[in-house]
Amino acid sequence: MNQWKNFSKGLIAENAIFVQVLGMCPTLGTTTSAYNGLGMGLATTFVLVMSNIVVSMVRNYIPDKVRIPSFIVIIASFVTVVELTMQAYLPALFEELGLFIPLIVVNCLVLGRAEAFASKNTIWSSTLDGLGMGLGFTLALFMLGSVREILGSGSWFGLKFIQGDGMLLFVLAPGAFLALAYLIAIMNKFNRKNA
Amino acid sequence: MEYFVILISAIFVNNIVLAKFLGICPFMGVSSRLETSVGMTGAVAFVMVLATIVTYLLQYYVLNPLGLGFMQTITFILVIAALVQMVEIVLKKVSPELYQALGIFLPLITTNCAVLGVAILTIQGKYNLPEAVVFSFSTALGFGLALVLLSSIREALDMVEVPKGMKGIPIAFVVAGILAMAFMGFAGLV
Repeated sequence: MNQWKNFSKGLIAENAIFVQVLGMCPTLGTTTSAYNGLGMGLATTFVLVMSNIVVSMVRNYIPDKVRIPSFIVIIASFVTVVELTMQAYLPALFEELGLFIPLIVVNCLVLGRAEAFASKNTIWSSTLDGLGMGLGFTLALFMLGSVREILGSGSWFGLKFIQGDGMLLFVLAPGAFLALAYLIAIMNKFNRKNA
Repeated sequence: MEYFVILISAIFVNNIVLAKFLGICPFMGVSSRLETSVGMTGAVAFVMVLATIVTYLLQYYVLNPLGLGFMQTITFILVIAALVQMVEIVLKKVSPELYQALGIFLPLITTNCAVLGVAILTIQGKYNLPEAVVFSFSTALGFGLALVLLSSIREALDMVEVPKGMKGIPIAFVVAGILAMAFMGFAGLV
């Protein structure tokens, strides 16, 4: 039961984007389409799970004073893994996401989970926590990407269902801020009802 | 002339926050008061220019000759983290007043993606060293401009009745969206 909670809290109740408002840069920068949002979310999830596992494995051996730099090195190693793998197998997606792949290193969500959860809990709990948080993040990115793609270019996963361009504003920068503002407001309402 | 183009482009046309979506966390986090925004801008400008110079030299004189390009991400983030730490220690000794003003913002800068972002963009943009310095400094100015604008508006928003669900973060994002729209007016300037 407790383990299930470690996993499920990241999905809705403590959702990284809608509730904690962490990791905003990739959220806004990469969600021009549902596919890009999904790709970015899964890349971050991989880094999050792997860094959580390693951090919780070495948590008893790292002196307290140097723990933040050590966490950053661990995270940066996995980001490099993702970067090189993506470049080799998904070059088109890699081009689209561009700068935001190396920037997973400074995603406050990843370091936040390492510091707040993985450095205090067992490997198994940390894995579930990373997976839950990562999937919650992916879900939010996917929703935002879908909204922006449907409104902005009238398509979903590249499948066009209206003629012409749609509201271009939503693909451009201001649309990202506006779409996210309204998604958070809707989630606020939903969460308050549940509570 | 060349430098002027870089300056205008980095501040207005490709504003780091409103057009490139970097540094959103401090943008949202510290923008509720005007005073803290100014302090944050000072700290970011300082670290950003220093970090760009150091990472630039590392990339061209260490990583490239040794064929270690794939180590870029790890090296840069470590350099930035160490630099922030060093700046903090030096400031504390040399200029306690400045440390008082910028101190609390410094630790936050390590995870400010704008700093790492600019370091990588400098390499990707193939700037030479003086251009890189101008680019990083003007990017920091652009960050400051966006931050000061948003925090002034948010201070004024305190006195307005905002719908319940939109309070706090959502309304700040709406304001940022409108600001981004305004900044799109600069497109095509250079």
